[in-house]
Amino acid sequence: MVEVSFTQNLQRHVECHALQVADGTLAEVLERVFEVYPALKDYVLTEQGELRKHVMLAIDQQLVQGALPARQRLNSGSRLHVMQALSGG
Amino acid sequence: MNRVLLSTRKGLVELSGRDGGLHYDKTHFIGDPVSVTATDAEGRWWAALNLGHFGTKLHRSEDRGRTWREIAVPAYPEKPEDPDDPNTWTLQQIWCLEVDPKVPGRLWAGTIPGGLFRSDDYGDSWVLNEALWSVPERKGWFGGGYDQPGIHSVAIHPQDSNHLTVGVSCGGVWKSHDGGDSWTLVGEGLRAAFMPEDMQFNKAIQDVHRLVVSPTDPNRVWVQHHNGVFVSSDGAETFTELEPEPSAFGFAVAVHPTDPDRAWFVPGKKDEFRYPVDLAMLVNRTNDAGKRFTAQREGLPQEACFDLVYRHGLAVDDTGDRLVMGSTTGNVWFSDDGGSRWQSVSTHMPPIYAVAFAE
Repeated sequence: MVEVSFTQNLQRHVECHALQVADGTLAEVLERVFEVYPALKDYVLTEQGELRKHVMLAIDQQLVQGALPARQRLNSGSRLHVMQALSGG
Repeated sequence: MNRVLLSTRKGLVELSGRDGGLHYDKTHFIGDPVSVTATDAEGRWWAALNLGHFGTKLHRSEDRGRTWREIAVPAYPEKPEDPDDPNTWTLQQIWCLEVDPKVPGRLWAGTIPGGLFRSDDYGDSWVLNEALWSVPERKGWFGGGYDQPGIHSVAIHPQDSNHLTVGVSCGGVWKSHDGGDSWTLVGEGLRAAFMPEDMQFNKAIQDVHRLVVSPTDPNRVWVQHHNGVFVSSDGAETFTELEPEPSAFGFAVAVHPTDPDRAWFVPGKKDEFRYPVDLAMLVNRTNDAGKRFTAQREGLPQEACFDLVYRHGLAVDDTGDRLVMGSTTGNVWFSDDGGSRWQSVSTHMPPIYAVAFAE
């Protein structure tokens, strides 16, 4: 299972609480998260399926901004944290 | 006039009218940028948010702002491979939001990067107007004010909901007579002095900053353009360039609700400077369709003033007597005599993007 958590700043706008989802690629993990919190998707991704310019992901200790490494594998025990970038505020 | 709504960098500020003036009441969405609002006659309010990190959001209230609910935002379709289209197909901002008073539930949203969207269910769902998005000229639209092009003005004919006039920055003026099924590029006479000589009158590249149509004479169209002030007497087909002093540059324009010849502008020093000429604030008013303009300065700061009023930052109410304007430096001014004299409402608001009267 992958542990997924969210910045408090995001929780101010849309319901999302830390959860565990089955491991898989980043795209699969995100899709599982959006199944639980459908309204969250539009806060994280654009309508083109891209990571929003000022949203950042932390996969374990790897920071992701810009192009989404959709095929990257998140193994059981991985942690995914969804946060705002420091730009865009 | 009961209320004024200020769309600001730090929330939707609600002012109440009492004791002959405007007074601070409350702030909705405090801390979050609000790009524009809309209201209808039944007490519905819409607020478009532009969250720095998490994108554009739209909220609706059914009870004049007491409670809010997030609703759908306009969404662009998947972008096809097209090297000729330089713009992203991602909603970046709702720049204008207009309620059709004749068709219950219908709203038009003008957006950056240039899509026009329609809702027929009070904003619960939105459809991109494919006809305007597909005009060949659209791929040549370019940013003005923002990096990407955008629609900031959607004027709905007061008697005919199928008759629409749209202003694009930068992409000229477009008209539809069939509810948006087809569009025609209009605006003969609009001039872009900053372009090469042989392109200055090209209708498709005009940087219209704001376009308003007289509610009682829809042939009378007022445009504040990057290049100056223009007026039309034939429904935006052709325009005459006007030369108000001390400057024709500006963003905002408002037209009187019943007198098509009466309009207000807030000039600034052109082009990139964008502060009041001589650092002295004024509102330019014409009562005769632009033959003459009178600078109204009473009650406005006449020294050390850097205020800029954005394209949606000036509004007139249904009486035509009351006006409100808000600036990028957080000043709000109010007039109850047609803009002759102004009173300060606040000097310390956040940067103001749009102002609107509401019941």
